[in-house]
Amino acid sequence: MIRVQAEDFDVGAEIERLTAGNIRVGGVASFIGLVRAMRPEEGGPDGGGGLKAMTLEHYPGMTERELARIEAEARGRWPLEDVLVIHRYGRLEPGERIVLVVTLSAHRQAAFESCAFLMDWLKTKAPFWKAEETASGTSWVDARATDTRAAERWETSGGNRAAE
Amino acid sequence: MQDTAVTVLYFAWLKARTGIAQETVAPPPAIVTVGALIEWLKGRSPGHAHALADVATVRVAVNQEYVRLDHPVRPGDEVALFPPVTGG
Repeated sequence: MIRVQAEDFDVGAEIERLTAGNIRVGGVASFIGLVRAMRPEEGGPDGGGGLKAMTLEHYPGMTERELARIEAEARGRWPLEDVLVIHRYGRLEPGERIVLVVTLSAHRQAAFESCAFLMDWLKTKAPFWKAEETASGTSWVDARATDTRAAERWETSGGNRAAE
Repeated sequence: MQDTAVTVLYFAWLKARTGIAQETVAPPPAIVTVGALIEWLKGRSPGHAHALADVATVRVAVNQEYVRLDHPVRPGDEVALFPPVTGG
């Protein structure tokens, strides 16, 4: 299931709902992405340019389609009982939750691997953009080569798409 | 106008530089690919020229699917132009 929303989410309640009544689930893996304060070398607190907030913009319609496509890919690669992806948009301050990925399977390996896969592909394919708000102004975050490399480790031959 | 109309969406810094989130344009009939459309859009304003100056930094979706620059553009299409994504 995919949800794109401005509101926060309750991790415990979501996992409770996903596991309730499904006794085939032997393992649940989750990843929660948070807005973090910048390190000093990034202009963080000691660098005088601490992050005040992050604003996430997205492409309504395409976002849901891409996330659903990524979910379907994960379900095709691993034996999953269920998948939940929640991604927030709007203005978020340090410490706030941005994204939740939960994967449920009979065994831990499928849950762990599919959770990492979903995050890696989401970061390079789902149309979200972050703008950082600091004392010196607002600037758009650049895409990172490390994220592209993380996503590429899951590519299969012939699976390349124009997103990268 | 109606016959050749294409909806163009801009996101993130492309929206900031063009000053436009969405516009409906009517490119001449010779414009048949996404790449040609982008070149043509550069002439619409200095903001467009600035936003689209380096096509290597622009990602394109047609009707909400990622495409490459040689992908066709047809009347009625929704063409979105945006930077590499940074969610998660």
